[in-house]
Amino acid sequence: MSQAMNQMLTESTLAPETAVLDQVCNAGDPWMAEVKKGQTFRILDLEGNQAVDTLFYSAIDPEERYSAVDTIARQGRLYLTTGSVLYSSEGNPMLTITADTCGRHDTLGGACAAESNTVRYALEKRPMHSCRDSFMHALNTCGCATHRNMSKRDITANINFFMNVPVTAEGGLSFADGISAPGKYVEMRAEMDVVVLISNCPQLNNPCNAYNPTPVRLLVWNPV
Amino acid sequence: MNHFSTDKTLWEEVIPGGTHWSGLIRRGTALRLTDMQGGANLSALFYNPEDKLERYNMPDTLKAQHTAFLTTGNVCYSDMGRVMCSIIQDTVGWHDTICGVTDAAMIEAQYGQANFQTHRNDMYRSGKDGLLVELAKYGLGKRDLVAGVNFFSKAQADEAGELSFVAGHSQAGSYVDVRFDMNVLLVLSAAPHPLDTGSEYKPAAVKLSAWHAGLAGPEDVCRNSCEQNGRGFVNTERYYL
Repeated sequence: MSQAMNQMLTESTLAPETAVLDQVCNAGDPWMAEVKKGQTFRILDLEGNQAVDTLFYSAIDPEERYSAVDTIARQGRLYLTTGSVLYSSEGNPMLTITADTCGRHDTLGGACAAESNTVRYALEKRPMHSCRDSFMHALNTCGCATHRNMSKRDITANINFFMNVPVTAEGGLSFADGISAPGKYVEMRAEMDVVVLISNCPQLNNPCNAYNPTPVRLLVWNPV
Repeated sequence: MNHFSTDKTLWEEVIPGGTHWSGLIRRGTALRLTDMQGGANLSALFYNPEDKLERYNMPDTLKAQHTAFLTTGNVCYSDMGRVMCSIIQDTVGWHDTICGVTDAAMIEAQYGQANFQTHRNDMYRSGKDGLLVELAKYGLGKRDLVAGVNFFSKAQADEAGELSFVAGHSQAGSYVDVRFDMNVLLVLSAAPHPLDTGSEYKPAAVKLSAWHAGLAGPEDVCRNSCEQNGRGFVNTERYYL
């Protein structure tokens, strides 16, 4: 298994010095930006095992958005890695993963929320910070979102970059220890102008962030 | 809780293969969904009619119950941490919730073209179009089209995450009993599953049979299938106090 996954790892030739955007998103913060068609977007796990909850929208019409079920069904595959296409709700390719030094990213785990934390852990966990709170805050404050009139209607099943959620043939699903590590990254080419919405996950109740949420680095390159 | 028997039936409705349906199902009512010909697929979406922003959430449903499919004992969670409905009995054993629905282009690529002009009501309909037609009746649209449940269908993952569709998974007469724990706006399409490998468009009909099941008691199979569901039912019950 580990050997098979190592063979899938693909490195990038892009140098951070040539990036047109290079920002750090702290643990528990949202992040939003536009990535233009042809640009390359990298998410870098600075300290390791950090789940990065990510949604994509068409910059022209955010009603067209990343669709987990289209991405899964159109490729017949649950996990994302190099070569995976992120499909929209209209069946169009939004981004293609072009490099991946982690090897597997989750499509099923979704985002933590105050409400789902009450179910998963304890009714008293509701006040803890969550990805959906970050999403809600971003949609009501980021310029990328406010002029597009985005709301909770636009929040659907997201990608969890660097998160390991294995599914068995018997249909079991678990949140396993991460397979990411400091410096691992995933890189993707935008096939249309997209808006990226990220929550750098603050979850402290399961191993998705190794019980220690940490910052991630976000970079964008123009087409070569 | 009352289990189904034919003398308790409040109403029945047959959804012909490929077509769509929607309706308000009250808390405490249950539906027996019966696969009429075998190989049915019934795509389902659930909304809270009081606040339609509250809807079925696939990831929350799967991770709360540590499962990648649904069967007896499983519940369907809303994005607000409440149990919307629960599977109280099931002869199928596996219902998909990760593959979404077909769109018109997928239907035409797999089955060819059959529109109303040429085929009248035997036209080929996609799951997405059927769900959007029903959603529009309540002021909902594409932004509300989320990952739903595909009753009667199974797609299995191998170690690498490759999915394979299990043809013939549901037999004629197979059924699943779904109890509604909230008032739910139920939106359905009986169009084929997106991973269905068949080449002929002949989706099976599904019969809905409604009865008063009542609410989940302390010994309920779904409440007690995991501690998470116990808390989910508390959230639902508080909502109606």
